[in-house]
Amino acid sequence: MFELLGISPGALFGQLLVGLINGAFYAMLSLGLAVIFGMLNVINFTHGAQYMLGAFVAWLMLTQLAVPFWVALVVAPVIVGALGVVLERLLLKRVYHLDHLYGFLLTFGLALIIEGGFQLKWGSAGQPYPNPLPGGTNLGFMFLPNYRAFVVVAALVICLATWFLIERTRLGGYLRAATENPTLVRAFGINVPRLITLTYGLGVGLAALAGVLAAPIYQVSPLMGTNLVLVVFAVVVIGGMGSIMGSIVTGFGLGVIEGLTKVFYPEASSTVIFVIMAIVLLIKPAGLFGQTK
Amino acid sequence: MADALLKVSGLQAWYGESHILHGVDFEIGRGELVTLLGRNGAGKTTTLKSVMGIVEKRTGSVTFENGELVGQPSDVIARRGIAYCPEERGVFSSLNVDENLLLPPVVKPGGMLVEEIYGLFPNLLERRRSQGTKLSGGEQQMLAIGRILRTGATLLLLDEPTEGLAPVIVQRIGDILRQLKTRGFTILLVEQNFHFAATVADRHYVVEDGRVIDMIAAADVASSLGKLQSYLGV
Ligand SMILES: Nc1ncnc2c1ncn2[C@@H]1O[C@H](COP(=O)(O)OP(=O)(O)O)[C@@H](O)[C@H]1O
Ligand SMILES: [Mg+2]
Repeated sequence: MFELLGISPGALFGQLLVGLINGAFYAMLSLGLAVIFGMLNVINFTHGAQYMLGAFVAWLMLTQLAVPFWVALVVAPVIVGALGVVLERLLLKRVYHLDHLYGFLLTFGLALIIEGGFQLKWGSAGQPYPNPLPGGTNLGFMFLPNYRAFVVVAALVICLATWFLIERTRLGGYLRAATENPTLVRAFGINVPRLITLTYGLGVGLAALAGVLAAPIYQVSPLMGTNLVLVVFAVVVIGGMGSIMGSIVTGFGLGVIEGLTKVFYPEASSTVIFVIMAIVLLIKPAGLFGQTK
Repeated sequence: MADALLKVSGLQAWYGESHILHGVDFEIGRGELVTLLGRNGAGKTTTLKSVMGIVEKRTGSVTFENGELVGQPSDVIARRGIAYCPEERGVFSSLNVDENLLLPPVVKPGGMLVEEIYGLFPNLLERRRSQGTKLSGGEQQMLAIGRILRTGATLLLLDEPTEGLAPVIVQRIGDILRQLKTRGFTILLVEQNFHFAATVADRHYVVEDGRVIDMIAAADVASSLGKLQSYLGV
């Protein structure tokens, strides 16, 4: 069959794995964006910079303090999430009641400032981050590097845990209800402003966690989030803002589609997601899993 | 009344620039069921929202168990022991019946158990896994009332719970309000349906143009029918 199509199984499965890896990052990042948008009514254009911050904090911890990857995987997202909490308390909370445009300008401006500052200090070149799980397994039809397998599994676990938190727990119930009617939820005695801060912290922490996971695969550089987040916004548009499971499925699915496009029609691989976005916008403007309000 | 549970005096409220309440005065004793009657647009809902802290721009005084509520955010007011059932019911579509029922956090001991609430509203038990907004209007109203009984709140603010419901359901809600009263709940009920209100309440306050213009005790209702009809335009 592979001979018929004129491609080798190694190339096919290799690209499938690349697609799954990319999809894992699309899913983790679009999940955070969707949760933040639901609660804050702000499209968080700082998301890519916060992903980069996760990777950078891990890299700095390693190079300056010799903190190993597995510790950074936990600590860096907490640090970046805490920075997110400060940001929300100081700045973001002032724009909720205004037009979306203000949230866009604020978060976009912040991303430019953060990325610009890091470029000034560390330049644009990527810094390598050593692979914490070297080696791999030969599956016969392809070679599976250990760390990449770990990333796919870890991303799945993280995504499903987030889904569980939001769809199946008491706290998640507060979040869903407050997304619908924050005034009433607050009148029941729930501190909604604190819930909003917490949501932003969690969303940002999720972006940073993705950044730490990305460090050993891609390099650590100030602009590593800029290109990625552009695709992630397309993923969010395709999946629709409303659904957690939608973000996860769309993220992984589009990563795989992108990977397969690299095999079958490489010329289109960098644009296929945007083509799909255009088609979805034409047919179902609220996105595949989105609800029109 | 010396031991008023809730005492509202000179309450004024605004939505943006529009001045809606111009000095509302009334009070409720512990265990009473009191209504706010009045025509559409008189300011009944706004009064409840102002007590609850949902209308932020307000002046005057609202005391609950002698503590001032004006100036407090609504979550703090809820935790003092006041629960609110909005006119539009506010059932959440992203939550099922169970989750809707369990949403309001317990703020004080002494609230009803979930089983007791389902005992009061058996229809809800049958549909506990359904999406909240898939219920009929009457069931949604039961859910909106049921979920605030768990929290331990002692004062319930109910905004037109009979609005748009069939007569049998209105009757059922009347039964439930009487049961809640015997359980010791204090209830402030907003109604336009005077005939319903007369069957459950101890006293009635009449609201007009953002003020309380009269108070009628249950015993005086029969002799005040003419006056009430002119107030309410019925
Ligand atoms: N969100 C709002 N913004 C501006 N005006 C409002 C708002 N809600 C109600 N009003 C006005 O306030 C007045 C009182 O309304 P409301 O308290 O809802 O009356 P009632 O509950 O007695 O029918 C009405 O004139 C209404 O138009
Ligand atoms: Mg009303």
